Amino acid sequence: MKLSESPAVKVGLSIAVATGLYGISFGALSVSAGLDLWQTMALSLLLFSGGSQFAFIGVLAGGGSGLSALSASALLGIRNGVYGMQLNLLLRPRGWRRLAAAQVTIDESVATATGQTDPAEQRRGFWAAGLGVFVLWNVFTVLGALLGAAIGDPAQWGLDGAAAAAFLGLLWPRIRAKEPATIAVLCAVVTVLAVPFVPPGVPILIAAVVAAALGLSGLGPVSEGLEPDVDPYPADAARSPGAEKLP
Amino acid sequence: MSLWGWILAACLVSMATKLAGYLVPTRLLDNPRMLRVAGSVTIGLLAALTAVNTVASGTGVVADARLAALAAAAVALWFRAPFLVVVAAGAVAAALARLLGAA
Repeated sequence: MKLSESPAVKVGLSIAVATGLYGISFGALSVSAGLDLWQTMALSLLLFSGGSQFAFIGVLAGGGSGLSALSASALLGIRNGVYGMQLNLLLRPRGWRRLAAAQVTIDESVATATGQTDPAEQRRGFWAAGLGVFVLWNVFTVLGALLGAAIGDPAQWGLDGAAAAAFLGLLWPRIRAKEPATIAVLCAVVTVLAVPFVPPGVPILIAAVVAAALGLSGLGPVSEGLEPDVDPYPADAARSPGAEKLP
Repeated sequence: MSLWGWILAACLVSMATKLAGYLVPTRLLDNPRMLRVAGSVTIGLLAALTAVNTVASGTGVVADARLAALAAAAVALWFRAPFLVVVAAGAVAAALARLLGAA
């Protein structure tokens, strides 16, 4: 099959455009959090996981320490390790391809691959979405960082409000049932209660511990929160017959 | 450690986490308890980050223009707006609230 005729490649590329574009908001917020252009680019090139990148700069913007920023970003990235296990079963990459596959293992590439049934299509979808997001996310990160540096005082332009909105936007698609909503509300309350008593950044880590305890106690269905936060196949028309997500 | 040090450390941890998924025995995926904890931590962290970025100011809790941003974002998400529109709605709402006199 020609690449241009592959449904998985089409889906992968369209999600790459949608996701890549919001690299603009990351670039702008990163600069307003105090990082320079090169530091911002390092995060998008090397860390390359939207949620963790926003977490890193979000903690710093609130006055948190580098250690708190690193911890929040690392904990939020755990799901990428789980995605890696799923993709290793699906794609079985070998040699240098395994390193490349690991780097582009993110919500978007996982969602595109697991939405297909044919192994060849899964592979094409994964690489189209992964590489597509990687290129566009980095291009738009640079644009956003230049834009952020040009506009000066972030609060005047509401960029601090944009950060709050961005995190709600990342959380929202993961709340599909009562249990994750309960976890989210409890963790938000614990965070706000902790703010006056511990250094900035630490309340977020306390919330992570509370969330882990809630998970251990059995709150929430098994895969809740671990589904990719994007659904590249919203209409059944785009889905190949019988396609299902991994169990 | 300098800011650059923390940035590179965060990058290394992220790359190692992703690669670890390809290297560990796949039977870990059969452990529902581990998956449940990983999933709830993801949700808890995003909720905490939303809260901190809305009401925290250093070690103080304040109500300012960012509350308007959060409300605007919620409305945009309710109407299934794309991510970029949600972020823009937050920025516009915060800027407008400040024009109207909010802190």
